[in-house]
Amino acid sequence: MSKGFGSKIKNISDTNLLLTITVVVFFLMYIGAMIFQGEGFLKAQALFNILNANAALIILSCGMSIVMITGGIDISVGGVTALISMCCAVYLDKAGGSVAMSVVIALLIGLGFGLVQGFLVAYLEIQPFIVSLAGMFFARGMTTIVNTEPFNVSNEAFVALKNTRIIVPGMGSVNRLGNYVDAYVEIGVLVALLVVIVLFCVLKWTKLGRNFYAVGGNSQSALMLGINVKRTRFIAHLLCGVLAGIGGFVYFLHVGSGSPSHASGAEMNAIASSIIGGTMLTGGVGNIIGTFFGVLSLSTIQNIVSSAGLDQAWWTGITVAAMLCLFLVVQSVVMAVRKKGNAK
Amino acid sequence: MQNSIINMKKIVVGIGVLLCMLLWFSSCGTRMSESEQPVGTDLLKEEKELVEEGDNYIVVGISQVGSESDWRIACTESLRNTFTQENGYYLIFEDAQQKQENQLKALRDFILQEVDYIVLDPIVETGWDAVLQEARDAGIPVILMDRQVKVSDESLYTAWVGSDFRGQGVLAGSWLSDYLEEQGRGSERINIVTLQGTLDSTAQLGRTSGFASVMEQHDNWVMLERQDADFTQTKGQEVMEEFLKTYPDIDVVVSENDNMTFGAIEAIEAAGKTCGPDGDIIILSFDAGRAALQAMEEGEINADFECNPNLGPLVSEIIQKLEQGEETEKLQYIKETYFDTTMDLESLIEVRTY
Repeated sequence: MSKGFGSKIKNISDTNLLLTITVVVFFLMYIGAMIFQGEGFLKAQALFNILNANAALIILSCGMSIVMITGGIDISVGGVTALISMCCAVYLDKAGGSVAMSVVIALLIGLGFGLVQGFLVAYLEIQPFIVSLAGMFFARGMTTIVNTEPFNVSNEAFVALKNTRIIVPGMGSVNRLGNYVDAYVEIGVLVALLVVIVLFCVLKWTKLGRNFYAVGGNSQSALMLGINVKRTRFIAHLLCGVLAGIGGFVYFLHVGSGSPSHASGAEMNAIASSIIGGTMLTGGVGNIIGTFFGVLSLSTIQNIVSSAGLDQAWWTGITVAAMLCLFLVVQSVVMAVRKKGNAK
Repeated sequence: MQNSIINMKKIVVGIGVLLCMLLWFSSCGTRMSESEQPVGTDLLKEEKELVEEGDNYIVVGISQVGSESDWRIACTESLRNTFTQENGYYLIFEDAQQKQENQLKALRDFILQEVDYIVLDPIVETGWDAVLQEARDAGIPVILMDRQVKVSDESLYTAWVGSDFRGQGVLAGSWLSDYLEEQGRGSERINIVTLQGTLDSTAQLGRTSGFASVMEQHDNWVMLERQDADFTQTKGQEVMEEFLKTYPDIDVVVSENDNMTFGAIEAIEAAGKTCGPDGDIIILSFDAGRAALQAMEEGEINADFECNPNLGPLVSEIIQKLEQGEETEKLQYIKETYFDTTMDLESLIEVRTY
């Protein structure tokens, strides 16, 4: 067995271990919330509300995880989301466009950002942080140029799509008036789940997916193995851009408005979710399912904080910081222990 | 290789936990529906506690816009001081940080937690129909404060409480009329300029029209110009400088908030003129924040008309009425007053909340 293959197996195992930690922590947290805070958390809709509110973040985080696995980063996704929301909102409301075309616009904007940033990062070898920082400023600036004022979209076809609810059978609950309320998810959630499943398969079972891990783990040895490192990096950023396009539209579909302040800090939440989900900033380790649970953990913490009656703005920040710290420490301890074990 | 097998096992266990959870979820749903019936003797301990807690406290979920201004912070403070456990409330407070999506999420969480009342300060006027309908379906009354909403059906919310901006404008006008009468200038020609707030904002519209309605009764009052100064100190100063250059004889400045007033005072002093009770120019301001009252104490402002942030007690009053099953008025204005230099400002500043 070649050395490269051996280390590949090891990396994938690390990924699985970190994933397991994330999933277990999430369930412990959620069950804890159900026992100690009850009420809202006992209903299935509580979980679905988290999904509804975070469908876009899940998609953005998936893109973020992929570039992080290849050892890069993309902090432009929040800005791109805002730009997409604003462009689609103006197109639908002021130009009277169709919903289908607005999806195309969203995807094209995402694709454009992915192409340019991917090219700069992979072929001109500029630091991904700097490239996407410029991308973020550009996107935020463009958003304000398109329209400075926040406004709600009143296009009928769009509002109908936005209000479409997919009923989850058997998960509803009875409210205090004694009426049975169906549990529901929004369309964005289905899109997000689809993205998660597809990307999980791509990372796990395709050559491209394995190349991402190889390039992020050690680009030198990946090069020696005959992997086209530049092209792999380019594709990772391109994919992140396209996912920002999809995520941007899902975000727009959820909020139904355009505003320059939309999705502010979304890129940071995406990075935090990826890290909580077991993706390492150093590259080579990560998992899409973990990222999915990372997003859920992040917003569950926020829900717990707010329903505990604490002042949300400060306490959310502090608990998320504590959680990130915990995960980073756990990750590095686990890695150190395993390295030691392997050395023996 | 062995490691990866162990990890695979862990993942299998993880997925097992997930499935158990989902099962528990759905059984919770049915258990809760059973407990609606009087038979519900097999309640879990936590659920019993929850029921007891629900009996003791009125649970109020508040979605606040943010904490962007002193006014907003004072308003939040008033709500927190009103909805305390000593007063029989359990408060869940959500700061939306200037985003409607956060407010929508907060409202949906409130509905899910089955709070008794929802209090909302809507950041924008549109986009509330769906969530207000959900609240109504869940039987939760929604009380709006400060800002208003545009909805297809007015009955989607129970009541609105907030400031009567037009009333403030009228109060300013009649104060000026009395003051001029006292000074013996009741029939003199009075030149007025207005620093307006952000055009089309509720506060600007109300204050401008309120003052204008009093102006109509005084033929000797002349409005030289009204200009938008965006509620900010810098714009207030700029616009006032222009006014002073264009019009050599200004008697009264109406400034639609305190920040613009501070800017205007700077511009007036820079132009070598004086303002306040002993000065050349009479200054009327709105909001009556603590800093403005201090400026008034120093003799720079003549009168300031309050925009009262203490909405908490009024909201609580409505909730108590609803608890008794009484009807409430749809629109309720909070009581607002004014301050001028004849009052004991020192002691007023001390008790001022913002």
